[in-house]
Amino acid sequence: MLNETLGTVLIANRGEIARRIIRTVKRLGLRAVAVHSEADADLPFVTEADEAVLLGPANPAQSYLDVDKVLEAARATGARAIHPGYGFLAENAAFARAVMDAGLVWIGPAPEAIERMGDKINARNLMERAGVPVAAGTREPVTDLEQARARAEEIGYPVMVKTAGGGGGIGMSVAHDDEGLAKAFEQAARAAARFASGDVLDGPAVLLERYIERARHVEVQILGLPDGTVLALGERDCSVQRRHQKVVEESPSPGVTPELRERMLAAAVKAGEAVGYLGAGTVECLVDADKQDFVFLEMNTRLQVEHPVTELVTGLDLVELQLRVAAGENPEVRPEVRGHAIEFRVYAEDPKRFFPGPGAITVWEEPSGDGVRVDSGYAAGTTVTPFYDPLMAKLCVYGQSRTEALELGRKAVEAFRVEGPKNNLPFCAELLGNAEFVSGEYDTGLVGRMRAK
Amino acid sequence: MAEVHAEMVANVWKVVVAEGDTVEEGDTLVILESMKMEIPVLAEDDGVVSQLKVAEGDVVQEGDLIAVIA
Repeated sequence: MLNETLGTVLIANRGEIARRIIRTVKRLGLRAVAVHSEADADLPFVTEADEAVLLGPANPAQSYLDVDKVLEAARATGARAIHPGYGFLAENAAFARAVMDAGLVWIGPAPEAIERMGDKINARNLMERAGVPVAAGTREPVTDLEQARARAEEIGYPVMVKTAGGGGGIGMSVAHDDEGLAKAFEQAARAAARFASGDVLDGPAVLLERYIERARHVEVQILGLPDGTVLALGERDCSVQRRHQKVVEESPSPGVTPELRERMLAAAVKAGEAVGYLGAGTVECLVDADKQDFVFLEMNTRLQVEHPVTELVTGLDLVELQLRVAAGENPEVRPEVRGHAIEFRVYAEDPKRFFPGPGAITVWEEPSGDGVRVDSGYAAGTTVTPFYDPLMAKLCVYGQSRTEALELGRKAVEAFRVEGPKNNLPFCAELLGNAEFVSGEYDTGLVGRMRAK
Repeated sequence: MAEVHAEMVANVWKVVVAEGDTVEEGDTLVILESMKMEIPVLAEDDGVVSQLKVAEGDVVQEGDLIAVIA
């Protein structure tokens, strides 16, 4: 069924995620088509695909984000399905519709589900109606500073200010007072105007939410099946963040009791059911570890960067499940979590201030062995350019216990050699020596505290 | 006189000041964009922007001169 329905799958993405998807597509006996920009012509994902199509220049707007060019590449190569990976067009409902209108299989949720969840205000209101706990915050988009001030007073400081659309930490900041709010609002409004996908919102819209100090960021991986069943495949703790963006993720979360886990997983299933979710998605929550309580943050209607930690503890291949679900199959999945997995994102950035550091890679040596998995997008002789995000690779380790995974992580980080671009492997090593991280009792403020010393 | 150099390869997204402007330490001179991150380049001294070597849309390399504050 898979082969008849999908046949050839075009991957509308780049780097490590394109390579990761190609791996499963080929293992299932399907053909993989890569699309790429001029800047990425030498990367491994281009040569590993069965066929590759040049889309255009480095600028994403003229290559990876150009819907017409991507659809033309699918037509020219006989692709019957499109997998968007994460980022770029992955959560663009208009693109999903265009794919379906072109008679192709969209490997993702229904465009309506993407739309409902793409606007964070809309998503939160929907979740509230479905009985999922949400943080106190704005019910309507805030479009000017005076409105923002009034709402912040109602919610109470500190407040998190962020764009209603967008993602990836862009435009997000915490305001502790009125003065901070003006700055945060301006930043978020600017980011909303620049980065909002446009198909969800008409103008810069900003969201205010009560900010929970010392919170943990924990998310639940869900899978929606064609028969309407929604499964929860355990949780991931993504509290190690810099600039509100994840660096390290682990599963299971060391900050969640079995009782809280049960409640979160049940709420995530409810959230998925409320939107009629199909395929792989993630329900992101903020956890107050002291109170062992949580609130809904947002839902990501795609495969996520950190999906390998879930794959390692469940033994499932999430890309395979996405493909099967898109082909109309109802795969039998028994969600069972065993052992402990940790993912370290290897970024091309300096390990102290986390500023971007693109450059040509002269040495690239990945660690390997039992319990070690590396999903990478680069190799020696290739170049990390400034046009895309700084993720070079994901180093994942799996052990029977968290202690074992940490020990494997130390060895693997030490064995990973990258020369050329700046990279954050020294930060990963520093983190593995940090008492707070090692104890498991950390929160989203951890990296800030490490750098404040 | 203080020279302000680029710390990384980046696109010049926004030029905030013009030659002749008076700036204070901490003021934003230009905003760079690299790898989906906005990086403000700040004045490290008080003074007047005597030279501005970049324009919006330029690509700067690590070490390139951005501005001179006199």
